[in-house]
Amino acid sequence: MITVEQLSLRQGAFRLDDVSFAVPAGRYAVLMGRTGSGKTTVLEAIAGLRRIRSGRVLLNGRDVTAEKPGARNIGYVPQDTALFSSMTVRENLGFALAIRRWPREKMEARVRELAELLGITHLLERRATGLSGGEAQRVALGRALAAHPPVLLLDEPLSALDEDTRHEMYALLRSVRERTGVTALHVTHSPTDAEQLADVVFRLRDGKIIA
Amino acid sequence: MTESAHRPRSDVPFYAGLLVLGGLYVILLAGLLVADASFTTPAQLWAALQSTEIRYAIWLSLWSCTLSALLSLLVAVPIGYLMSRHRFRGQALVDGLLDIPIVLPPLVVGLSLLILFHTLWGRWLEDAFKMALAWLGVRRIRGITYDIPAVILAQFSVAAAFAVRTMRVTFDQISPRCEQVALTLGANRAQAFRRVVLPEARRGLLTAFTLAWARSLGEFGPILIFAGATRLRTEVLSTTVFLELSVGNLEAAVAVSLLMIVAALAVLLLVRHFGTERQFTRAIEP
Repeated sequence: MITVEQLSLRQGAFRLDDVSFAVPAGRYAVLMGRTGSGKTTVLEAIAGLRRIRSGRVLLNGRDVTAEKPGARNIGYVPQDTALFSSMTVRENLGFALAIRRWPREKMEARVRELAELLGITHLLERRATGLSGGEAQRVALGRALAAHPPVLLLDEPLSALDEDTRHEMYALLRSVRERTGVTALHVTHSPTDAEQLADVVFRLRDGKIIA
Repeated sequence: MTESAHRPRSDVPFYAGLLVLGGLYVILLAGLLVADASFTTPAQLWAALQSTEIRYAIWLSLWSCTLSALLSLLVAVPIGYLMSRHRFRGQALVDGLLDIPIVLPPLVVGLSLLILFHTLWGRWLEDAFKMALAWLGVRRIRGITYDIPAVILAQFSVAAAFAVRTMRVTFDQISPRCEQVALTLGANRAQAFRRVVLPEARRGLLTAFTLAWARSLGEFGPILIFAGATRLRTEVLSTTVFLELSVGNLEAAVAVSLLMIVAALAVLLLVRHFGTERQFTRAIEP
């Protein structure tokens, strides 16, 4: 469960005040808003990447407001995928596990499982540069899911994809959700994303959330 | 007039202009090398290589430049990273301070170093260094000023500023997004830096190293003032050129200049060869 309570933050002239919403456990929420409405900022605040002025962020009932991003146990997929270009796809997928010092065999099994789930087994030895948009998104998704986070945050993950790939990704995201039971918050400006994926839709307008 | 009547003019004058302006500089550089090469003979080069003083200067130049380039990287990486990723009070002042060795005449850097080591703190540092040398049983080096450490310090003082600029630009060009993702995946700042940022900065590291090395090789003024030009002690190749010129031995000066050109080219090529992506990544990964 993702709970945001009375979140306020400032960034230059931009401000968000008193933003509150909750995504029930295991549900897929879509947060919509125009470009510049602050939806990415809200997502980054939940991830711990942006300092907030007041309010609280609770993940599965635990107050993580003061916690570092790495202690929040979340999966984060940024808009530009931000794959680690000096690593292979396998190393990207295993990053969170290497940081947690998983044993080699367990790590290998998990990477293989993710690669199969996302249909990227054939890419494992490739360097993470030069992948197509859809492939890069799958790798970014796998990297975020590796350490079994109960919460998944996606920042416009499908905005740069062509129509066919986008529909493949809808199916993939639905299957990921079914198989992992993750609670997801997906930020987008696309109504189709919301129609295809959302259990719950929130709209961010003039710094306020409209459910 | 119909719209289809418009035809863009030829691109030839544009490229011709670029080629003429750029070509002039390339010709100047090539001309310098050809002039040097035609002024000296293989016999003169060989004679220069036979000289004990010049051989010492080559050896000292090679390792002092390498050491000062490594030291430059050691400070350039943290400074470049902090300046690129963080905003703090007094940043503009620090930024300006970091540019001082670039804008200051090198001679002034040497003089300032000399004065620094004549202050109370400088003398204290020199005494501590001498004690450390004695404790370690090093006899060949007797102190900092007018000795080999002064050569390295003089080279480092200027070269590091160039390495810092290079690393700052390198980190500016690496999106902080990857680092942020690493943080959400459980890494702390140090892990994100070592595993994600540093491998992405490899080209910048190589450029900073080469630039600092080349800058150190060309350093002359600060070395002359702070380390002196004592043969078989603080003489590096740039000092050799000066010393040979001052006694009217133009042939030897040109021969040594050619050696410097060859050494610089060799290092640039070596670093680029061994600095291919995979090898460098392997070198910095655990």
